[in-house]
Amino acid sequence: MRIDCEHVWEHISAYIDGEVDAALRAEIDKHLETCEICSAVLDSTRNVVVLVADGRVFELPAGFSERLHERLEAELQSSEK
Amino acid sequence: MAKAANPQFEAECIRRILAGEHHLFHELIRPCEHSIYFLLLSILHNEADAEDAAQETAIKVFRNLHMFRGDSQFKTWVLSIARNEGLGRLRKNDRLREDSLEALTGEDSGDFTPAVLTSWREVPSEALEKKELAGLIRGAIEDLPDIYRNVVLLRDIEEMDVCETAATLGVTEGAVKVRLHRARALLQRKLAHKLKPFAPKRGLFGRGR
Repeated sequence: MRIDCEHVWEHISAYIDGEVDAALRAEIDKHLETCEICSAVLDSTRNVVVLVADGRVFELPAGFSERLHERLEAELQSSEK
Repeated sequence: MAKAANPQFEAECIRRILAGEHHLFHELIRPCEHSIYFLLLSILHNEADAEDAAQETAIKVFRNLHMFRGDSQFKTWVLSIARNEGLGRLRKNDRLREDSLEALTGEDSGDFTPAVLTSWREVPSEALEKKELAGLIRGAIEDLPDIYRNVVLLRDIEEMDVCETAATLGVTEGAVKVRLHRARALLQRKLAHKLKPFAPKRGLFGRGR
């Protein structure tokens, strides 16, 4: 069975996460060898996933942690009384 | 991004806090701060509200610590409390939208085909030093429908596994996988062309920087 591009796209996320079974992975790999579109779609999706996970994209607001622990400290102190 | 949870440290910490060493709670909650805030920001769409709700969540976690049974991961339990806090505030403000309740209606609508490209030059993580790039990515995630954004947040940003994500959001593991796939497709579609200018230029002799 030769799989088509749409079939590959359906499994891209699972492929990136290593969650496709060996037979499907082999089919997808074979397709990728000759399909520049799917290769580019896979590479760009993987690149997006890596960039999204980078800590520099979602940084806590300045002073967030200090304010949180200050408020917590007040709560912890009052619960000790 | 997310700090690795250490169940032994957590269990010991919880035992000692419950025995009266309250100051240890600061260390217990610290590894969850990032996830709590961004999950609440994802639900409330407002930084000041998310921060206040995050503080309230931490206080609720402390007050209810004796209720933690250890049958889920501590962080999963904490994030369920954060999510309830967020949804409770939406309800109070009468801003509760269908998708915040993880409603299944309309879940299949939308086009999840990726942006079609013929080649891709990788954008290295260092490019994120440019505020513009980080802003583009943040914007694309913020624009995702709630059900997809929450899953990307927990799976790809907070690096929780499928099972913990499903437990936090109260959906099945299958739903987490489908939503993550669609969210990534929507992000690729939205970002692929915008990211291209951030890739290093090719030099005359192969890859330049």
